[in-house]
Amino acid sequence: MAKRIDVKDLNIYYGKFQAVDGVTLSVPPRSVTAFIGPSGCGKSTVLRSLNRMHEVTPGASCDGKVLLDGEDIYASTVDPVSVRRTIGMVFQRPNPFPTMSIKDNVVAGLRLAGTKNKKELNEVAERSLRGANLWAEVKDRLDKPGGGLSGGQQQRLCIARAIAVQPDVLLMDEPCSALDPISTLAIEDLITELKQQYTIVIVTHNMQQAARVSDQTAFFNLAGVGQPGRLVEVDGTEKIFSNPTQKATEDYISGRFG
Amino acid sequence: MVRPGDRIFRSLTSGAGVFIVVLIAAIGIFLLLRAIPSLQRDNVNFLLSRDWVTSDPANLRFGIIDLLWVTVATSVVALVLATPVALGIALFLTQYAPRKLARSLAYVVDLLAAVPSIIFGLWGIQVLAPQLLPFAEWLNEYLGWIPIFALGNVSTGGGGNIFISGVVLAVMILPIITAVSREIFERTPTAHVEGALALGATKWEVVRTTVLPFGKAGFISAAMLGLGRALGETIALTTILSATDAQPNYTIFDGGATFASRIALGSAEFNDNLTVGAYIAAGLVLFLITFAVNALARTVVAGKKEYA
Ligand SMILES: Nc1ncnc2c1ncn2[C@@H]1O[C@H](COP(=O)(O)OP(=O)(O)OP(=O)(O)O)[C@@H](O)[C@H]1O
Ligand SMILES: [Mg+2]
Repeated sequence: MAKRIDVKDLNIYYGKFQAVDGVTLSVPPRSVTAFIGPSGCGKSTVLRSLNRMHEVTPGASCDGKVLLDGEDIYASTVDPVSVRRTIGMVFQRPNPFPTMSIKDNVVAGLRLAGTKNKKELNEVAERSLRGANLWAEVKDRLDKPGGGLSGGQQQRLCIARAIAVQPDVLLMDEPCSALDPISTLAIEDLITELKQQYTIVIVTHNMQQAARVSDQTAFFNLAGVGQPGRLVEVDGTEKIFSNPTQKATEDYISGRFG
Repeated sequence: MVRPGDRIFRSLTSGAGVFIVVLIAAIGIFLLLRAIPSLQRDNVNFLLSRDWVTSDPANLRFGIIDLLWVTVATSVVALVLATPVALGIALFLTQYAPRKLARSLAYVVDLLAAVPSIIFGLWGIQVLAPQLLPFAEWLNEYLGWIPIFALGNVSTGGGGNIFISGVVLAVMILPIITAVSREIFERTPTAHVEGALALGATKWEVVRTTVLPFGKAGFISAAMLGLGRALGETIALTTILSATDAQPNYTIFDGGATFASRIALGSAEFNDNLTVGAYIAAGLVLFLITFAVNALARTVVAGKKEYA
């Protein structure tokens, strides 16, 4: 189940442009780590290289190490498809498959992995939807298209879809940025519940959100325009928000940025 | 308040829209008006007769049943051959091929559309037919027990049959189907593709779960566009198909004529209004079929709107 992640000297590129420079950090299992920092500093880029989604972008590459419980996910023997099966991802904008029903959306990952047993699929669908706090709202319309839900419901559907395959790690890129405060709270509660079972990394622009849900916070920053983003510091969330080591971090969280 | 610019633009665009509708209606009415007198003097059943004797305006005997068979059969053969190939090419170009290769390959496919029909016709009967003869004979011999592969009403050796015509038409409609489906597959939202990838989908699974469902309606209408083109193709088929009066055996080795090739072949006798009217009646049927195919394509696409 939940596994730890160790990132060592990770440099990430889009073609020739280096977007992120020398990131080293560890994410302990069953905890929430928040990535914060100004726009364009490379938070999404780092997050996407944790499950090898980064290389999907044409021309994108990276070097350095990303270890999942000690095993390098970039080793030449490792299949990116199996990495993505064990490290789930939730995107900024809810992206349920529009041609699939709610239930089919939830079990899509399981179907891909080859599960055909109807009973098992139904059970997983219910368990995952309950896990994502969506069951009560959709249990009567499981066969309707996933696109017919509200934005917040769609995002929880995407979370249900991600946890249905029981990943070791869950990556979330600004999962609440398109949602209203109530849906946001629902998802934050959900994150707090999910961390009992999963290792979670979440990118957020919302400082209060980082403070509320995360155990550890990583602050990224840009040295300047056209420069690669860097990890400034990573520490316990309380420490970062009350007494950060770096001046840049303090400026950023106190809103004196730029 | 309506701004003058808006008003001018609106009248221009609605004018253009009305113009198209009027144009189509005018074509339909023209065909109908010219066809009716001949249809009234037709001595056989227009829809069911196999005859086509129009040289004597005083004794018109014309029916479309054979034309309908050959037209539909050639187009269906073309569609059956072209759609899987077009689907494969479009998927390869958008999902698998490296960018540079994709661009030049797409260009080559588009180039096919620039080859004049007459060249396709000559190529079909002179080059393709002899090449495909062993295969055609093999079909005849070993699959002949399936009615559509049995011997036709013209000699298989001559090659002037529905099979060769269908293959040539398939090549001719390949570019349009490929180009349209390529554009549609390219527009698969990145969010959906990445959603599938993040669940651990392989390339093919991404295609199956996102690209194909997203592009299905578009692909169907691309195929219908191709079908419309195949139904109306004239010169290539006039060159290829062997004329015959023999009863069709309803196999892909039948010869004969399509609506369009019959009209083209008849142009020598366009000297009497009643004779011409007979051909126009045939043209009208082709017009209606093409219209129906397009309408069908549209309904298919509209039916998928809620998922777009
Ligand atoms: N597909 C891409 N191709 C080229 N450059 C990219 C691409 N995506 C991001 N970048 C560049 O990489 C850098 C980091 O971008 P990234 O999206 O990781 O930032 P971010 O911290 O997530 O920003 P935001 O908070 O706005 O989401 C930026 O300079 C950006 O312009
Ligand atoms: Mg981002």
